[in-house]
Amino acid sequence: MFGQAIDKYAAPENAYTLAGRLAPWFGWVTMFLLLAGLWDSLFLAPADEEQGESYRIIFLHVPAAWMSMFVYVVMAGAGAVGLVWKVKLMDAVARASAPTGAIFTFLTLITGMLWGKPMWGTWWVWDARLTSELILLFLYLGYIALQAAIDDRRTAARAGAVLALVGVVNIPIIHYSVMWWNTLHQGPTIVRAEGPAIHISMLIPLLVMAIGFTTYYLAVLMQQVRCEILEQEKNSSWVRALAAGGK
Amino acid sequence: MEGIVEYLDMGGYAFYVWTSFGLCMGLMIAHLILPRRRERRILGEIRNRMRREAGRA
Repeated sequence: MFGQAIDKYAAPENAYTLAGRLAPWFGWVTMFLLLAGLWDSLFLAPADEEQGESYRIIFLHVPAAWMSMFVYVVMAGAGAVGLVWKVKLMDAVARASAPTGAIFTFLTLITGMLWGKPMWGTWWVWDARLTSELILLFLYLGYIALQAAIDDRRTAARAGAVLALVGVVNIPIIHYSVMWWNTLHQGPTIVRAEGPAIHISMLIPLLVMAIGFTTYYLAVLMQQVRCEILEQEKNSSWVRALAAGGK
Repeated sequence: MEGIVEYLDMGGYAFYVWTSFGLCMGLMIAHLILPRRRERRILGEIRNRMRREAGRA
């Protein structure tokens, strides 16, 4: 029964319809979470004892950084499934994820710089954490450029999956960089063996934003995957009927 | 009024804090809206192609 359900929704037309139904739900949940998260991180959370008000940037920086890695793992995982089992829907998921991942990585770097300038006194240092995150941005941009450069979608998906899988090695490097190389970026505060070293009044907005960023990714993914399915299936009768039906 | 000005000043970090939040939300909202237009564009391109094919036949 479960297998049947997968077959049913992996069929492009059904996946397209399902994504269209889910997109607004993820959109509304995202709006609610981000508004609550923004309110909490800008008004309710107290100022930091050492960093004053500037630490509020962390409520964007940390969720964006988590998502930059999470989206990459999804992209590489979907690419691998598409490569090995030839599931075209997974090729579409991988391709649809790349721009969102690149945006999260860009925002991680920019918010990091905007926090680093007043706190560290510099926009940028070639610290291990910063450098590996910059490499992540180049991996995303490389993947996107590769998709744009190869006309045949099957070939592009295969090449993209290989690139994404090779780049996965960068993910543990980003995560452990602050422990392996003791440079400027601080160590982990939330994800560590002893439990989070952060007050609950700051942890709650951080988690609300992180969940909101996740549902945001899903909302965008639903929209983007519909576009990818349409382009994959542009010669099929159902897409042609859909195009003819619209004005 | 003074309270609002003081709040907006973010303890002197106004530029860094508001640039971060503005850029983040602006980019994310744009990236959420653009795929909807992309979908309409793709369907429009397929429609045009079908018209050209019908014209040749």
